[in-house]
Amino acid sequence: MKLRGILPTALAIASGILVLAGYFFAIDVLGEIRLTLIGWAVILAAFAVLAGIVNLFVVHINKIRQREKGMAYSLILVVALVLTFLLGLVLGPEDPRVSSIFTTFQLPVETSLMALLAVTLAVASIRLLRRRLNLLSIVFLATSLVVLLGTAPLPFLGVIPYSDWLRSQIAQVFAAGGARGILLGVALGTLTTGLRILFGADRPYGGDHG
Amino acid sequence: MLWLGLAGFGVVFLSAALMLGLTFLRRKSPPTFRDIPAFTHLKQAIGRVVEDGSRLHVSLGRAALTTPQSASALAGLALLNRLADLTSASDKPPVVTSGDAALSLLSQDTLLSASHASGQGVYDPTAARLTGLTPFSYAAGAMPVIHDENVSTNVLIGNFGAEVGLLTEASERTNAFSLAASDNLPAQAIQYASGQEPLIGEELFAAGAYVEAGPMHAASLIVQDILRWTIVIAILGGILLKLLGVF
Repeated sequence: MKLRGILPTALAIASGILVLAGYFFAIDVLGEIRLTLIGWAVILAAFAVLAGIVNLFVVHINKIRQREKGMAYSLILVVALVLTFLLGLVLGPEDPRVSSIFTTFQLPVETSLMALLAVTLAVASIRLLRRRLNLLSIVFLATSLVVLLGTAPLPFLGVIPYSDWLRSQIAQVFAAGGARGILLGVALGTLTTGLRILFGADRPYGGDHG
Repeated sequence: MLWLGLAGFGVVFLSAALMLGLTFLRRKSPPTFRDIPAFTHLKQAIGRVVEDGSRLHVSLGRAALTTPQSASALAGLALLNRLADLTSASDKPPVVTSGDAALSLLSQDTLLSASHASGQGVYDPTAARLTGLTPFSYAAGAMPVIHDENVSTNVLIGNFGAEVGLLTEASERTNAFSLAASDNLPAQAIQYASGQEPLIGEELFAAGAYVEAGPMHAASLIVQDILRWTIVIAILGGILLKLLGVF
């Protein structure tokens, strides 16, 4: 590993160990170091947003320059980004006119996507039986159906007897038990991923693994 | 609280010692794991990407690095590093999308690192993109990448919410291969229904070991198994003691 690779790795490992030690041991100095390092990380993450937006801007400017497919959408994005940025800069992010941009454009569009997702999932569920026709898929779909029927009354039929009881049994017994098992597995995976970073085996930083 | 801190430290220290020991012991004889078809199919899809000159798309989700969900993103970055290495002979570098700015920077760095390691020196900073900062704007920004950039393989790995359904659907519409993994339970259910190759639970964290990202990935998978069995035994022991009226 070259020197420019060693320095970020050593810094990352040292920071990781200090933050970890700050969690486990109630020593004032360690606690203060932990909070300071996390505070620095939050500030760096905020600067990363600026870098990310510049990256987004460059990607779409390139699309427009090279007249790629969907360049009209890129043009709309660039114009909207510049206008919103300028308005935010001049009027301030707290100004109601600036926040109305979010509530007038962003919020309805995201809500529409959410609605679209409901239809997409219904179609995907039907397609699931064609793609993976096995016991697990049948149980998955049957459970979804039972939970749906137990959640809301049907038109003309009202509440189906025992459906609410069945829904709560599925949600609070089977699903909760299964979810806890999955979450335990995720927690163990999180632990070993963190340790690999601490050992420097995974180095998603520094730009040089050589 | 002191004993709780010490117990936590003990678990971490024991896991670390096991990982180091297993990495050293298993260096010459790599362990064999149970077959997960999703990873076999991923390797085949990567082969196709290299052969037909199409593109690999890796979406890393939107976990902020200062939150506990960042582990799934870091596991995704480790997989990206390996996949970028495997596709280094391809005409086009992988394209990476994410919904968190810091994650986007790390994915750029991972691609840069992979291009240096492959010795090709071709690095395009716009290949790793921040597509949106809210869940649905992130998905809306990533969907055109799947549709318009000759992508034949989509790897969705990281922290997603319900928006992952839009990405798997976009992949389905372009007849592309999709492997989907998330640490979020509702997203896992959606991926199961709409994804071609969903990974459930901690299978997300096994990705590195299955694509041969390094001996420590294999060791960490064995450590996860040891810890899982320890927890199972502890739970069963607790049930037994409760039944016996000990506590």
